[in-house]
Amino acid sequence: MDNGQNGSNGVASPVCNVAPIPEAEIAAICAAHGNDQHRMLDILREVQDRYRCIAPSTMDMIAAETGLTRIEVEGVASFYSFLSLTPKGRITIRFCDDIVDRYCGLKDVVEAFEDVLGIKTGETSPDGEFSLEYTPCIGMCDQAPAVMINDVIVTGLTVETAQSTAEALKQGTSPEQLVSDRFKDLTPHERALRMVENNIRHAGEVLLGPVPEDAGLNKAAAMTPTQIITAVEESGLRGCGGAGFTTGRKWRFAASERAEKHYVICNADEGEPGTFKDRVLLTERPHLLIEGMTIAARAVGARHGILYLRGEYVYLRELLEQVLEERRRRNLLGKAILGIKNFDFDIRLQLGAGAYICGEEGALISSCEGLPGEPKTRPPFPVNRGYLGYPTVVNNVETFCHAARILDKGAKWFHDMGTEGSHGTKLFSVCGDCLNPGIYELPYGHSVWELLEMVGGGDAAAVQVGGPSGTMIARDSFHRKLTFDDLATGGAIIVFNGERNILEIVEYYMSFFVHESCGYCTPCRVGNVFLQKAIHKFRKGLANPEDVDYLKDLSATIIETSRCGLGMTSPNPILTTLQNFPLVYSVVTKPNKDRIRDTFDIQSAIDGARKIAKRRSYIFDKDFTQ
Amino acid sequence: MSELPKARIATASLAGCFGCHMAILDIDERLIELMKLVDVDRSPLTDKKRFTERCDIGIIEGGCCNEENVHVLQDFRRNCDVLIALGQCAIMGGLPAMRNAIMHSDAPLRECLDEAYITGRYIRNTTHNVPNDPALPLLLDEVYPCSQVVEIDYQIPGCAPSGDIIFDTLTKLLTGKFRGFEPEMIKFD
Repeated sequence: MDNGQNGSNGVASPVCNVAPIPEAEIAAICAAHGNDQHRMLDILREVQDRYRCIAPSTMDMIAAETGLTRIEVEGVASFYSFLSLTPKGRITIRFCDDIVDRYCGLKDVVEAFEDVLGIKTGETSPDGEFSLEYTPCIGMCDQAPAVMINDVIVTGLTVETAQSTAEALKQGTSPEQLVSDRFKDLTPHERALRMVENNIRHAGEVLLGPVPEDAGLNKAAAMTPTQIITAVEESGLRGCGGAGFTTGRKWRFAASERAEKHYVICNADEGEPGTFKDRVLLTERPHLLIEGMTIAARAVGARHGILYLRGEYVYLRELLEQVLEERRRRNLLGKAILGIKNFDFDIRLQLGAGAYICGEEGALISSCEGLPGEPKTRPPFPVNRGYLGYPTVVNNVETFCHAARILDKGAKWFHDMGTEGSHGTKLFSVCGDCLNPGIYELPYGHSVWELLEMVGGGDAAAVQVGGPSGTMIARDSFHRKLTFDDLATGGAIIVFNGERNILEIVEYYMSFFVHESCGYCTPCRVGNVFLQKAIHKFRKGLANPEDVDYLKDLSATIIETSRCGLGMTSPNPILTTLQNFPLVYSVVTKPNKDRIRDTFDIQSAIDGARKIAKRRSYIFDKDFTQ
Repeated sequence: MSELPKARIATASLAGCFGCHMAILDIDERLIELMKLVDVDRSPLTDKKRFTERCDIGIIEGGCCNEENVHVLQDFRRNCDVLIALGQCAIMGGLPAMRNAIMHSDAPLRECLDEAYITGRYIRNTTHNVPNDPALPLLLDEVYPCSQVVEIDYQIPGCAPSGDIIFDTLTKLLTGKFRGFEPEMIKFD
């Protein structure tokens, strides 16, 4: 702990230029989490919140307290984008840099903040007060442009409100005061609603209509685990996070696995750009979600659950903690739930720290274990060996909510809704160029046209179904149905009108995947960079017809050889637009007559040498003699 | 065989060590067989500095580290029907491309030249200057593989490629029988 000693002598580390951090405080933070290495993310989040960075000396201290090596701690600290090895401002402002936000005037909002605060995005002010940075989609696309100011969300910004917000912060207003002067007096639910609109446009029968309290759990309590699983199986419920695995089967696999412990994990890490349905469920139906998790726990025999909340939704933390606390008080969580012997189940809230990849099942489990959010090798599947090696059910927020309703109303009721193979209702989060962005709960089977009519997006030229990893369709495909078998989606529907540049959207999505690739496997880490560069070439008008083949070949390689779902779907923006918008590509592609690459720019390549040699090129500068 | 009109080939060594050209000589006595199939136009082997007519095959050793390399390569592309990148430098940049690893510097080229001519530990350069004769071609910002500058039709791997793979590939290309490399030929361990 030599570094810690040096720190207290007043020799601040060159990287983290803040006051020396007393070892006792770090030790206290670690102790509050039981010095448990699996709670590393919580420990680091707390250190980050308190000291605005994770200094090298603190990493040594944390390593010592938790019995890890320094490099293991640093591995976690450097993985998550909300953790920082260099000091951040006291107030960190993160602009949601989604394509929808860009189309809603993000640039002007950013400039307004930069002007008032006197720093550029990516910088921290010299007095350590403010940091400005970009972050991918924070799940507020229906009220873009949006920013995170520490843990507070501000949505629907204009140049004027951005200016006044920045001015207020500069004059010492706290982020909480921006929401309300009586922030402290508001309930967590009121606070959430003050910050973020729900925008529920259409409530369906299952989730957003009237929901009786704990009716499902009460019925499940009277059933055996096998009966519960059978009911969920018969309902035809499939996972709502995007992949669509049959929920009942997942539960059955986990239940049949003999093990000392089982775990139930709720995936509330909806990072797919354009998806924000879980945000609304977490705000409006938190009890239903916990009810569903409790039912799943009974079905598979789990005593422990984890609710993994994405770091961007930290503003919902208090609300969820309050719900958990209330349910513990009412004996709906904890020991002998509803007075039933051996029905013990409790949930801890795990907060993420800004990593899209953690929405992937394996990466999410890694993250819960206090590791960098890297996917795990499959098999074994989480239902066989998941969290800490125990059988684990990981389901999406919406899936758990559906399960609770199925137990209440019966499998047949749910099975009768929707279409064959896609039963029940689905939450669609619609955003982009439409009149009524927001949440629509609809039975499966509506066509894209029908949905567009509802949302007021009649002049749509393109619709991105399922976010960047989904499918981009053109008007000639709007008759297609929103089902698992036709257009599968985790809920994201992004509408683009005819003025939007498809290639700009594709390039943005590729840069998103480049940013969010965890870097573990080469095809995804490197391949996506190549794809992004290739698309850039198209946008510059430098592409040849053979570059289309290159895009297809490289995409196929990435899909075939990547380790997890990120790489298996990241070429989709390119592949689906190549298929559905071929003209967009062909119009910017021209055959190369002399087979010399237009992309190689000799002038920029020799520019550096020209300056060093202080002379012109005798080959490529026509006015060489001058 | 003798009824076939002879093909014209040309070769050039760009940012390479000339090792690949030496490897061409490793074809040994089969060179006689090869010469029955081809005439050699522009090439260091003939010491012809310019194309005398259009060629069927151009063989390039080395990547592009300076403007003259680019000029020659573009000239080859314009004058050859089929262009072959021979050896690792032509294909990937090879050893010269090590200077591409000077990243995270505001002036990587300057840093490279300084180390090579002034500050390097084993340098004896009494002038303490970077050579800057007007006849010297300007360096590129980094070393480029040939395929980034022009379209390349075939790549023969190796450092240097064996005489066997060069002979085998050329004769098969000339007789239209090339279907890819034999696995043993591109196994290097």
